[in-house]
Amino acid sequence: MSKSTYKVPIGPIHPSLEEPMTFNFEISGEKIKSIDLAPGDNHRGIEFMGRNRNIIQIIYLAERICGICSASHPFAFCRAVENAAGISVPPRAEYIRVIIAELERIHSHILWAGVAAHELGFDSVLYLSWKVREEVMDILEILTGNRVNYGMFMIGGVRRDISKEQIPRIEKTIEYYKEAYQKLEDVFLQDPSIAIRTKNVGVLTYEEALNLASVGPTARASGVKKDVRQDQPYSAYADMDIKAITPDMFSGKVNGDVYDRIIVRVLEVKQSVEIIEYCLNHLPDGEILSEKKIAKLLGILKKAEGEGVGRHEAPRGEVIHYVKLGEGESPEVWKARAPTYNNLMSWVPMLQNQEVADIPIVVASIDPCIGCMDRATLVDANTYQKQVLTREELRKLSIEKTRRMMQ
Amino acid sequence: MKLDKYLDRSLWVFHLNTGSCNGCDIEIVALLTPRYDVERFGIKLVGSPKHADVLLVTGPVNRKMLPRLKLIYEQTPDPKAVIVVGTCGTSGGVFYDSYNIVGPVDKHIPVDVYVPGCPIRPEAIIDGVLKAWLKLERVRGASASSAEKVQKTSA
Repeated sequence: MSKSTYKVPIGPIHPSLEEPMTFNFEISGEKIKSIDLAPGDNHRGIEFMGRNRNIIQIIYLAERICGICSASHPFAFCRAVENAAGISVPPRAEYIRVIIAELERIHSHILWAGVAAHELGFDSVLYLSWKVREEVMDILEILTGNRVNYGMFMIGGVRRDISKEQIPRIEKTIEYYKEAYQKLEDVFLQDPSIAIRTKNVGVLTYEEALNLASVGPTARASGVKKDVRQDQPYSAYADMDIKAITPDMFSGKVNGDVYDRIIVRVLEVKQSVEIIEYCLNHLPDGEILSEKKIAKLLGILKKAEGEGVGRHEAPRGEVIHYVKLGEGESPEVWKARAPTYNNLMSWVPMLQNQEVADIPIVVASIDPCIGCMDRATLVDANTYQKQVLTREELRKLSIEKTRRMMQ
Repeated sequence: MKLDKYLDRSLWVFHLNTGSCNGCDIEIVALLTPRYDVERFGIKLVGSPKHADVLLVTGPVNRKMLPRLKLIYEQTPDPKAVIVVGTCGTSGGVFYDSYNIVGPVDKHIPVDVYVPGCPIRPEAIIDGVLKAWLKLERVRGASASSAEKVQKTSA
């Protein structure tokens, strides 16, 4: 470390995603020179625990990898097991799975939008977006019985059906979001103060996104047309024509900055609403489970052998589950790869030469749930004086920068 | 129950995540936003345990977070109340047999209120905070009356 730079560790109390971590920033004045990441604070040994449990118990464990992605992990896991054991899913269940997964995407993107606004100092926008989000939480509760951790997925189908009485209620939600979309677009994409804080901040170029294997909205905002729903259509997505959303659809060009990531997520809310509408209009009749008796299903899975891979486009990008079934009830190997794992390293080019006050919004821009980023320490390399920065102070710096730029 | 009897002072809450899955944490944020809006009672999240009356702990406590849990408990000034939110902090929940989990929370710090659920509903957290409030009022009331006694005896 040269004498003209400071070292800023941030964390480790920032464990709200699957991969929480400590950040070490080396800064010169206000500019970030280098970034180092140290994950591991939220390690719970989930894959290890899975090796001692049977497949159906693992579904509920997979749900608890992340409370925000609690439809994505079971979705990918069930697809991996179905792939390994050769179980087919009834068409109605495929549609219900997609409806739940897309409702989750709406809730996750709006949650992210609120957090991003909070990091910039727009708390009124945080409250507005979380108010809009409560509608999707309500419909998820009506359909699944819980606001978070839905317990909807089962090997070979879903556990709850969507009844005829519930359909008008979902249609009401769709109407609500069509209206709310306009409001979100006005607030996030037309507002000059959000634009000045996010344009040309945290840039990830097309090449960098490809080299670092970024996924999801982070990659798409850099112009990489990558979406599992488009590239390898699965489940009910295969019946639809889904196109990866890139920022040039809205603004005509791709910059790969934080603003573009906001565009992608806001447009994806609209896309999800359209997907749910399609699914409701084309919901097939029939069974929702290929095997209703859990004990019999367990017997089938016990006998099954082989490997399976399940992919799903989670709100944050592609999630992959790999399962190897062998002797006994438990899988021999279970590996989950969450999208944030891929996106982590894209922080390095994004944060290079940015200002300290931009850390919250850039870190939040890949949607790692920064809500718990708690403290930072500033160490002056010349005097070795320690200055502890809490998350609040870091946010204050961010808010001050917004005010400066508004003047 | 007469609420106004206990609403003589706002509660400030510090939220510590010791390895939870996020489910409880987003419900805690949902508490502060317009649907549930606990800020109307003066309850708010603070950025430092030194400002807090209540420590809200989520997660099953993993090895790396254990020293931080103890440190933050010690940094919270007395009288304080500790609320454990979520099944995994209460009993270990689905993570009970992991090599990296050293919880539940009450093995390491004293806990006043348990709010089980996976994840908890925001209404349940409000109920838990109210219970912590009652405890704090009791402690404060007791110490106030004992201080009066001391004054009387010295006079």
